[in-house]
Amino acid sequence: MSSLNDVAGPQQRQFNPYTENGGTILAIAGTDFSVIAGDTRQSEGYNIQTRYAPKVFRLTDRAVLAVNGFAADGNMFVKKVKQRLEWYRHAHAKDMPLHAIARLIQTMLYARRFFPYYVYNILGGIEDDGSGAVYSFDPVGSYERETCRAAGAAQSLVQPFLDNQIYFKNQQPAPGTSFPAHLPLPIVLKLVIDSFTGATERHIEVGDGLEMYVVLAKGRDLSGLEGIVGLQELSTKSDGERIFVIRRELKKD
Amino acid sequence: MFRNTYDSDNTVFSPQGRLHQVEYALEAVKQGSAAVGLRSKTHSILLALKRSTGELASYQQKMFRIDDHVGIAIAGLTSDARVLSNFMRQQAMSERMVFNRPVPVNRLVSAIADKAQWNTQEYGRRPYGVGFLVIGQDQLGPHLYEFSPSGNSYEYYAMSIGARSQSAKTYLEKHYESFMDSNLEDLIRHGLHALRETLQQDKELTINNTSIGIVGPASEHEKNVPPGGDFRILEGEVIEPFLKTMIPKEGAESGTAAAAPAADPQPPAAGDEDVQMGE
Amino acid sequence: MDHFPTNWGRPRNDAFDAYATFPIHQRPSNGPKDAFSQGVQRTQQPIVTGTSVLAIKFKDGIMMAADNLASYGSLARFKDVQRLQPVGEYTVIGAGGDMSDFQYIQSLLDDLVVEEFTNQDGHGLGPKEIHEYLSQVMYGRRTKINPLWNSILVGGVKDGQRFLAYVDLLGTTYSASTLATGYGAYIAQPLLRRAVEGREDTLTQEEATKIIEDCMRVLFYRDARSLNKYQIATITASGASISDSKALETSWGFAEGIRGYGAQTQ
Repeated sequence: MSSLNDVAGPQQRQFNPYTENGGTILAIAGTDFSVIAGDTRQSEGYNIQTRYAPKVFRLTDRAVLAVNGFAADGNMFVKKVKQRLEWYRHAHAKDMPLHAIARLIQTMLYARRFFPYYVYNILGGIEDDGSGAVYSFDPVGSYERETCRAAGAAQSLVQPFLDNQIYFKNQQPAPGTSFPAHLPLPIVLKLVIDSFTGATERHIEVGDGLEMYVVLAKGRDLSGLEGIVGLQELSTKSDGERIFVIRRELKKD
Repeated sequence: MFRNTYDSDNTVFSPQGRLHQVEYALEAVKQGSAAVGLRSKTHSILLALKRSTGELASYQQKMFRIDDHVGIAIAGLTSDARVLSNFMRQQAMSERMVFNRPVPVNRLVSAIADKAQWNTQEYGRRPYGVGFLVIGQDQLGPHLYEFSPSGNSYEYYAMSIGARSQSAKTYLEKHYESFMDSNLEDLIRHGLHALRETLQQDKELTINNTSIGIVGPASEHEKNVPPGGDFRILEGEVIEPFLKTMIPKEGAESGTAAAAPAADPQPPAAGDEDVQMGE
Repeated sequence: MDHFPTNWGRPRNDAFDAYATFPIHQRPSNGPKDAFSQGVQRTQQPIVTGTSVLAIKFKDGIMMAADNLASYGSLARFKDVQRLQPVGEYTVIGAGGDMSDFQYIQSLLDDLVVEEFTNQDGHGLGPKEIHEYLSQVMYGRRTKINPLWNSILVGGVKDGQRFLAYVDLLGTTYSASTLATGYGAYIAQPLLRRAVEGREDTLTQEEATKIIEDCMRVLFYRDARSLNKYQIATITASGASISDSKALETSWGFAEGIRGYGAQTQ
């Protein structure tokens, strides 16, 4: 399958330890919430391997990690992060704060600088100060805190849309007004859904199902989540940060 | 303390066929404050008495969480317990990494028992100076095991280890037949009664000196327990409702057990027959 | 034919065995030696290979099928090879790819099952655990750049739960109600999906057998590395069973009517 034209001299097939499994992930931070989403299709080339392979994982009651790229690396990476968080729980009898998880992820990624996890990570959740946060990473651990980030197969379709709708790039505010730094939850959810239906329409590796994780700051009411069908709560405590997941269908063609 | 000709090396048998060092290690377990474990059809629980070196000091840690489904209570050397509990945590994590399942509780206990046995056989080592009560739940339901430095491990309906644990055992032997069908609240009450037997005269179980460990569905007095009934340790104010369910001991002034919990700091254990553990 | 259009129309290189007719042998080369060529050689290609494995969920459990051929390149080398293997009480695995690597995996699993058995504590490994274990082995080997050159299906039933999942030489895993490896991923998977998706809980064993048989027949017609001798594994709550080898009913009468190939151009 590899290109046949760049063969020179005696050659042998050799093993390539990586592949690319498609799909797209995205996260958006609000003032007191975070939304982390990913589609559930897993593919290789033109094959759809499965219509349901989660790419978004609950780490703690206030941290959610989305992984995209080479699925085997992604699953292993999430497993290792979860085990590191378990050791933290053993040592400190509490969950690791979000900014600390972000630094942990950078350290774990960079430890494999010369045989990287071929995975783009987006970490979303609630910081100790109660603010919504999104951290995005490259495969070798460079990271920054942002308000929103898309990654994966349809990054080039989704990120410009978010730049326009979240950061209001290329828009002028009405005279005497300014754009908000953060959007309310119902609008964010709508943008996430639109991003994925759009990406599904235009990218063959995106589709089948959508999982949106919503993390709410401690004490925040559920406004913005009322009446959502299939809303499922995943939090372990009722008096701390709360985590919900919303599952929706995407087109399967 | 006694001393024998054959007790300086744990790999040497005495002419009576005994390993004195191993028996001394079992004594170290008896030096630690008591821990009690009970099991019903739905729950396994641990109760332990925490000591404090004095009013200015915090109370010792008697319970460790191993994984979502396993926890232990210890009696003996806390530092040895930390080493062993760390090993158990590694085993539990590795089972999750390799097979993606919670480690079967019996295998976890066998693993530390094998480790302890090796210390009774190999030259230049010493036995662990700590005993465990291990509770956990797996596919086969809730479990309670005792682990001891001799390398033995047994499963029990109810068990106690540590200082004066014989008194608790006597209580448990009297009541154990009702445990299997008990609800969690009754089980804890029995556990507290058993633990109370290990106290010295004029001492009480308080919210400060008592730890409760549970696996199984939540009690009506608990909040924020995951639906799976993961292992959790209750300490401080949250155990007050359980202390209140205790029935005052016969002969004791009525109401003391229920009324006492909040205050009543322990006097320093100096001169106490329960020797303080090195920490 | 290459399914990547970007590769179409490019010059074909005869040294490159694009149709996998034969394993590529190391030939002595007088060209410049690279500094690492004397080092340890790891698996770079499969040698004796099995083709597709198919599996579906049905009402009472999992059904899996694979033919009995192990090819040496384009040579149909071994025609009585069993590529389905029970593991413990609840699980069957089926493998495509390198057959010697598969035999090594079987020995690993045999050791594992014996060790589990000796515990005698009621905690036998189910399909879920065996799949996780295999995934760790496969991913571990790919990470050492020394892969086990297989794609494997793991199916089973334990505690009333059906389980069906895939793992390959890269450690890639996934789960679905129909799975197919190798050539079957192109040819059989669409047919399986059409027949099974949404009907996992109603398909009877007879219906499942029919679906599997039909797909094996299509594969035998279309896959040059396949054989019309295959086995079916059925795993239900009452355990796993692997059938004796069966032959496919095929008809080649249509070949008479085909025109446009080789000598028959009229």
